[in-house]
Amino acid sequence: MASSFADDKKNVHLSISQVVKDFDGFKAVNDVSLDIYQGEIFALLGASGCGKSTLLRMLAGFEKPTSGDIILDGQSMLDVPPYERPVNMMFQSYALFPHMTVEQNIAFGLKHDNLSRPAIANKVEEVLNLVRMTEYAKRKPHQLSGGQQQRVALARSLAKEPKLLLLDEPMGALDKKLRTQMQLEIVDILEAVEVTCVMVTHDQEEAMTMASRVGIMDQGVIRQVGEPVDVYEHPNSRMTAEFIGSVNIFEGTLSKDESDHAELICDDLTVAIHASHGVVGSLGMPMAYAVRPEKIQIKRRAPDQPCNWAKGTIKDIAYLGSHSIYHVELANEKIVLVSMANSDRWSEVDDGPRLSWEDEVYVYWADDSGVMLNS
Amino acid sequence: MSTNKTNKLSWAILLGGFAFLYLPIFILIVYSFNESRLVTVWAGFSTKWYGELFEDEQMMSAVWMSLKIAFLSASAAVALGTLAAIALVRSGAFKGKTLFTGMITAPLVMPEVITGLSLLLLFVTMSQVLGWPEGRGSLTIWIAHTTFNMAYVAVVVSARLRELDRRLEEAAMDLGANKFQVFIYITLPIVAPALLAGWLLAFTLSLDDLVIASFVSGPGSTTLPMVVFSSVRLGVSPKINALATLLVLAVAMAAFIAWWFMRRNELQRQKEIRSAFSQ
Ligand SMILES: Nc1ncnc2c1ncn2[C@@H]1O[C@H](COP(=O)(O)OP(=O)(O)O)[C@@H](O)[C@H]1O
Ligand SMILES: [Mg+2]
Repeated sequence: MASSFADDKKNVHLSISQVVKDFDGFKAVNDVSLDIYQGEIFALLGASGCGKSTLLRMLAGFEKPTSGDIILDGQSMLDVPPYERPVNMMFQSYALFPHMTVEQNIAFGLKHDNLSRPAIANKVEEVLNLVRMTEYAKRKPHQLSGGQQQRVALARSLAKEPKLLLLDEPMGALDKKLRTQMQLEIVDILEAVEVTCVMVTHDQEEAMTMASRVGIMDQGVIRQVGEPVDVYEHPNSRMTAEFIGSVNIFEGTLSKDESDHAELICDDLTVAIHASHGVVGSLGMPMAYAVRPEKIQIKRRAPDQPCNWAKGTIKDIAYLGSHSIYHVELANEKIVLVSMANSDRWSEVDDGPRLSWEDEVYVYWADDSGVMLNS
Repeated sequence: MSTNKTNKLSWAILLGGFAFLYLPIFILIVYSFNESRLVTVWAGFSTKWYGELFEDEQMMSAVWMSLKIAFLSASAAVALGTLAAIALVRSGAFKGKTLFTGMITAPLVMPEVITGLSLLLLFVTMSQVLGWPEGRGSLTIWIAHTTFNMAYVAVVVSARLRELDRRLEEAAMDLGANKFQVFIYITLPIVAPALLAGWLLAFTLSLDDLVIASFVSGPGSTTLPMVVFSSVRLGVSPKINALATLLVLAVAMAAFIAWWFMRRNELQRQKEIRSAFSQ
């Protein structure tokens, strides 16, 4: 769903500015600044314990920032208690009220808006329709399956038409198969009601599928913000490169640094690494080169290029249906991962029979396949 | 066969255990229908002691007094004990929290004699210094019972509160309910079974108490256990047997009704869950 946002649609709806949350000297959120645009789905992605939930809870009002400001639609939220914020949250494992029916759960928020009875009934009907749960209106939460509970939770948080919707690990309680289906379904619903949404997840696939932009969070700090493709293709640090997808990292020292290309001398390789982009750094400084497994080619004969290749032996082949991952061991025992689509007819890729264990091969990649990272 | 032997042996032990538990009660029930004034001599079937029981005004007023005190002290204990539980579970970490949590359970293990005596001293001192409570009677018994019942309720309710998912309360607040509304609409209904259990426990404990009530009661405020105990010392009257039989019947019926309601709810719930997943 990584729909890119046209520039004219980019008006900032939520502005998180230099927010810090200090728990007894431990900074769970450390100077985070973020702008969220009107109508987008933004995913905070990070490993468990990096401070995502804490940041989300500050947006909902359950935690007070130690310093910094949160501005929603031009108004500071710092002194607004959770029950007065135009923000609603779908909780991890949903937090549906067990003693109320589906209908009552959804009506709960509306009752505190001083709406008339018929208005409440209409709204409940409308959001139940939106999540296709009308026939379950009279059920109690324990009478629903996981996916149904999630839809009710979503309906409940959308019923008050919040200016900002928060989702905390929305798929955390679902099994894998249901997850993929619900991800798309939820995105469809959110786009239909055009709500601005910040979600939190540790699952990069989920963030990539659902969000228009992602923020990679690590130890209380946002490391990188961008559209999923950008973050995947152009990580700005080893941390983001390694967190999203799998990646091969080569460490070395910078040996050439021009405006349009750079070269790295790497202990693991016999030839230099050549990248078709410049870097910020000085000659001789340590540098890492990151290249995705699917950007690397593999064949039996030596490639006719001076840089960006290595010789090794196939140690393992993981068959994953549509593609296979080859584990190629270089002379100094470094493992390089190569991903190749299984539909490529082997004879067209290389001469000879299919590759198998213990075969001697060359791995190689193009100048623009990877990125140099100095942190 | 040795397994057969052990089987028989364990049956015998089980029967013996149950006989030990229920035979005395059974004998008591049987003798409540005894014609004779002598409790230990069987002289034919009669229900006359039940008639005499209902005509015994002292006994009946003691029953009424006990029920009234049990009802009021259970209700007060639920209110205060719930507040104490909330304070303990929800106050976050503060210095000496463990000490306070331990202290609220102390009345549970304190010998009743000590509780009774200390309360008596308190009431005497208070009436001397403050002029309240004037003398001792049903008011002081009620206060005393509320004191130790509150501890039981606090323990029962705080266990349930600790289990309660805080996210439910946060979700309610997120949907626009202020702290008071969250408590009324979310917290209370969810912990209600614990409140009911605490109330019933407090009610029976109050009904049951002899020692503490004896310390803090005054003239004209005798509870049922006190009447039973003092009349038994003068020789067991078959009226007591009749009263005890009625009490056993009442307790058994209450237990049965509670069990039946719980079973019905559980069956209903299971049926609903099955129907939800069979679609
Ligand atoms: N109320 C709190 N008091 C103290 N530490 C907390 C509190 N809430 C969270 N933390 C700490 O802050 C860090 C970030 O927590 P959290 O935001 O829940 O991480 P995430 O959601 O990314 O897994 C964790 O190390 C956690 O232990
Ligand atoms: Mg979390």
